[in-house]
Amino acid sequence: MSTVVLLLFTGLGLGALYFLVAAGLSLIYGLMGVLNFAHGAFLTLGAFAGWEVARRTGSDDWGIFLLSLLVGAAAGAAFAAFTEFVLIRRLYQRHIEQLLITLGLSLAAVALFDGIWGTDPVFIQGPAWFKDTTEIFGARVPNDRFVCIIAAVLVLLAMVFFLKNTRYGMIIRAGVENRSMVTALGIDVRKAFTLVFTIGGAAAGLGGVLASHYFGYVSPMLGGSLLIFAFIVTVIGGLGSLTGAAIAAVAVAVLQQFANFYLGGTGDFVVVLALALVLLFRPSGLLGRTS
Amino acid sequence: MTAAAEPRPILRIERLNAHIAGQQVVEDVSFTVPAAGITALLGRNGVGKTSTIKAIIGLIDRTGAVELDGVRIEKESTYKIIRSGVGYVPEDREVFSKLTVAENLRLAERDDAPRRQLVEELFPDLVARSGQMAGTLSGGQQQMVSLARALLNTNKILLVDEPTKGLAPKIVAEVAETLAEAAKTVPILLVEQNLHVVRQLAEGAVVLSGGRVVHTGDALEFLDDAELTQRLLGVSADPLAEKSAGKGAAL
Ligand SMILES: Nc1ncnc2c1ncn2[C@@H]1O[C@H](COP(=O)(O)OP(=O)(O)OP(=O)(O)O)[C@@H](O)[C@H]1O
Ligand SMILES: [Mg+2]
Repeated sequence: MSTVVLLLFTGLGLGALYFLVAAGLSLIYGLMGVLNFAHGAFLTLGAFAGWEVARRTGSDDWGIFLLSLLVGAAAGAAFAAFTEFVLIRRLYQRHIEQLLITLGLSLAAVALFDGIWGTDPVFIQGPAWFKDTTEIFGARVPNDRFVCIIAAVLVLLAMVFFLKNTRYGMIIRAGVENRSMVTALGIDVRKAFTLVFTIGGAAAGLGGVLASHYFGYVSPMLGGSLLIFAFIVTVIGGLGSLTGAAIAAVAVAVLQQFANFYLGGTGDFVVVLALALVLLFRPSGLLGRTS
Repeated sequence: MTAAAEPRPILRIERLNAHIAGQQVVEDVSFTVPAAGITALLGRNGVGKTSTIKAIIGLIDRTGAVELDGVRIEKESTYKIIRSGVGYVPEDREVFSKLTVAENLRLAERDDAPRRQLVEELFPDLVARSGQMAGTLSGGQQQMVSLARALLNTNKILLVDEPTKGLAPKIVAEVAETLAEAAKTVPILLVEQNLHVVRQLAEGAVVLSGGRVVHTGDALEFLDDAELTQRLLGVSADPLAEKSAGKGAAL
């Protein structure tokens, strides 16, 4: 029983990280049709920015941790906004070129991070409480799992609130459904493009800081390794669906953990199998558009 | 100086060309829409009526000149053209199915003082259903949403593409009545297959065939010319048959 609980919370923590990446990916694809391979780089930059905050202040208390989350989110947001405004926008409607440029950017960013921070992982210290455990049904669950889960739930709630209750949220929802009709109502949908990139980048940057505590280190490859699973989550959840991304993130991560433990480390294989099954029997994803 | 007595057309289209997927769908189309009343844009299925409307507002790439109220707009992007005073009611309504009725309408508001009251009076049904997802509305109700989105703002022209398509006769009559009412204050370019509705509403007619303009003139004169309508639309709009058909439908 305690193993199941531990696996569950470890899976939920990982699912939280997947969600923070997949949320932006899904909204960006849904609204703009761009498969953003640079999204992992937003996360990595956020992770390094958060690590710099911890390193420069030399402090590992809660205030600094919260500050590092803020700085990580801001770094991810700024990088993402820059990417949309300077690179993606010029290739409006040219999806292959957009895909190639985000792929190129993701490679260039890894090289850049290598140059600045070196290729070796840098280890990170958070508040001491993170490494403590909390006992749930006999399982000793590391506390950083809860931090990831709570942060992801708050981000999900904030995004849902934004999408449901603001004019720009409404424009984004409408644009995911039928972008050309949004422009045909006299709305400059490009502002919404920059906005979804910025929001997605902020979530990824925040995810980067959390991932660095979850794994205990930051490396230039951190974003890339999470990105692959975030893409799978996005497809399984249904491109363009935030709720779908949240459900799929949890499902994929928990499945991965259980398969790794009980089926001899086959977690990644089982996830890809799940992706194949979804593509075969429900090609538009769990909550995707069915058109 | 007789030209000065003619009021300036609200929309002037000059040698408009447009391609979709490498195929020319609008070919050297030129016509004008007068600053008042309803002008019908007619033609058989697939002749390029929708494409012409989309080309006017830049939803598909085009070349040629488009002048709205004396201002050239063909270089502008769609949202700017709309903002300069065009109300667009697309073929097949294109309401946002996952947004509520109220959200669909709010999204369309671009004036500082949108005419909510007018819309509420015209479509009381939509008020009652303001919280309903637009995708769950009936076809007729969706058409009301689509029309309401255009009527919320002060426009220089409305471009309305087959508003009665697939609707029950009673709803067709309601839509026609709404358009007649709207036309008192704003000129309309109307794509319409229901010749009874055209006869009831339109003053001028522009007829397309194979992406080209093949006839322009008075709408009633065109409809009364059985040979011409037979040749260009493939149906004869015999006025008597039309009227009895209209009556039968209204019952
Ligand atoms: N997305 C598209 N891809 C390829 N061809 C298209 C596309 N949209 C329109 N066409 C073609 O362009 C031509 C003109 O189409 P358009 O929709 O403008 O006709 P229409 O006069 O509005 O017809 P209808 O009365 O059936 O609405 C048609 O031959 C159509 O097949
Ligand atoms: Mg059409």
